[in-house]
Amino acid sequence: MRFLGYTLADPATPIPEPTPDLYDRMGEFVAEATNAGVVVATGGLAPFEEATKVRYADGEFTVIDGPYTEAKELVGGWALMEVRDKAEAIEWTKRFLAVAGGGESTLRQVYGP
Amino acid sequence: MTASPTHTAIETVIRLESARLIAGLARYAGGDIGLAEELAQDAVVAALEQWPRDGVPANPGAWLMTVAKRRAVDQFRRNRELERKYAQIGRALEAEAGDGTAALDRAADGIGDDLLRLIFISCHPVLPVPARVALTLRLLGGLTTAEIARAYVVPEPTIAQRIVRAKRTLADAHVPFETPGGQERPARLSSVLEVIYLIFNEGYSATAGDDWMRPDLCHEAVRLGRVLAGLAPAEPEVHGLLALMEIQSSRLAARTGPSGEPVLLLDQDRARWDRLLINRGLAALARAEELGGSHGPYVLQAAIAACHARAFRPEETDWARITSLYTELAEVAPSPIVELNRAVALSMASGPAAGLALVDRLAAEPALRNYHLLPSVRGDLLLKLGRVAEAQAEFQRASELTSNARERELTAQRARTAAAHLPGAPTGDPAESPGG
Repeated sequence: MRFLGYTLADPATPIPEPTPDLYDRMGEFVAEATNAGVVVATGGLAPFEEATKVRYADGEFTVIDGPYTEAKELVGGWALMEVRDKAEAIEWTKRFLAVAGGGESTLRQVYGP
Repeated sequence: MTASPTHTAIETVIRLESARLIAGLARYAGGDIGLAEELAQDAVVAALEQWPRDGVPANPGAWLMTVAKRRAVDQFRRNRELERKYAQIGRALEAEAGDGTAALDRAADGIGDDLLRLIFISCHPVLPVPARVALTLRLLGGLTTAEIARAYVVPEPTIAQRIVRAKRTLADAHVPFETPGGQERPARLSSVLEVIYLIFNEGYSATAGDDWMRPDLCHEAVRLGRVLAGLAPAEPEVHGLLALMEIQSSRLAARTGPSGEPVLLLDQDRARWDRLLINRGLAALARAEELGGSHGPYVLQAAIAACHARAFRPEETDWARITSLYTELAEVAPSPIVELNRAVALSMASGPAAGLALVDRLAAEPALRNYHLLPSVRGDLLLKLGRVAEAQAEFQRASELTSNARERELTAQRARTAAAHLPGAPTGDPAESPGG
């Protein structure tokens, strides 16, 4: 089964710029998770303030660019994991957070196609 | 405060660490994987006692390895004379400074090599093929004997026995714990690839039981293929096998209908093919091709699967290319089944009569006498040529030859459909490429 894991952060306490050392260790971790056949796709998202929203209501389209006043969270990196069960997804997420040094990840099961 | 980890969380950590732990210990045990597994089990018991209370350590793999090694040294010191089997691992560990933790970093560096050795020894040709499969799932996949037994629809003691005997055979034959090189390598690698692909195929088209597929086995095989590709990245056939499995897996959801019945390749809803797996498969195939060399059987089969994957509609399939790939495959890995697939491809590229001529040449092939896809393919081609009564007889025969319940229903259904068309026109129902 597949899970999408992504990290959330509170804009009030911005994440410090990652050190080169953290980059290296994270690179190693992602390589390990990829070679284990677990991470099948991964990437990062541009800051939420740069996001664009497209809305359709009452037959009208509205395109809204950031920054958004209601922004409550940032989404940074994400990883699509292929695992035997949810417990494995949780374990890999713990390992990710241990390398990252902190933070909160959300796991969502992905259905389909 | 850290919440105490649940039993499930602990079992998951242990399952994920199992292969690396056994692989690392097997090197110290001089390739005695039975002993390595025993020591690993001791460490697991210790973990199950301590982790619920103290939490999972930051580096659980290293923790398990240290405990297992200490246990081996204790055993060795206590029973230096009596327990000969501990002698080798004990000596190896005593030779290390202190309590062995100094060697942990070194061990961690070499863990990939140890894993690769463990794969090679589990798939050693000295073992019967079913034993290679069971041992690989047990040691590399970390599956329990119960899980393996369930996947293969056999009683658990059968699998347990198979594994015990396999370990004894390896010990008796003094099979070294090493990555084979030189002249031995191609045959040994080919055995590894065969075992992984057998696991995949048992999941993709179950030979026994009521379900047509057992996707869990496919996933296990794909996972093993990905691990192997990381461990032996210079081998084109490793990437070829991975490409083949990723692309075939992309069709898992589309291969069954609403009530679990098989849906043939050309009838599948291609929107339900998993584009992520297709892209991964195409990338693995590209890596295999970049490595160069002559194309092996897995690279060629992956290239064929890729032809189907690239076609958004069945009509866009490049049957001429598939036919030529099958011709190449028949040269490197000649088999009547490849010929049968080539006949299907040829019929799509050049018409059913050309395909039927090739199939009829295979009719006398002893290896295909009881192979249900031969009459199934022949039935298809006859149907397209409007020879409905003959087609019906072939479908009937195909349904009698398969031992899979779902597949039997499908062919019986086709026999009935053909009968309903008597003496009607051909339906143009497309044939499945058995290799697709």
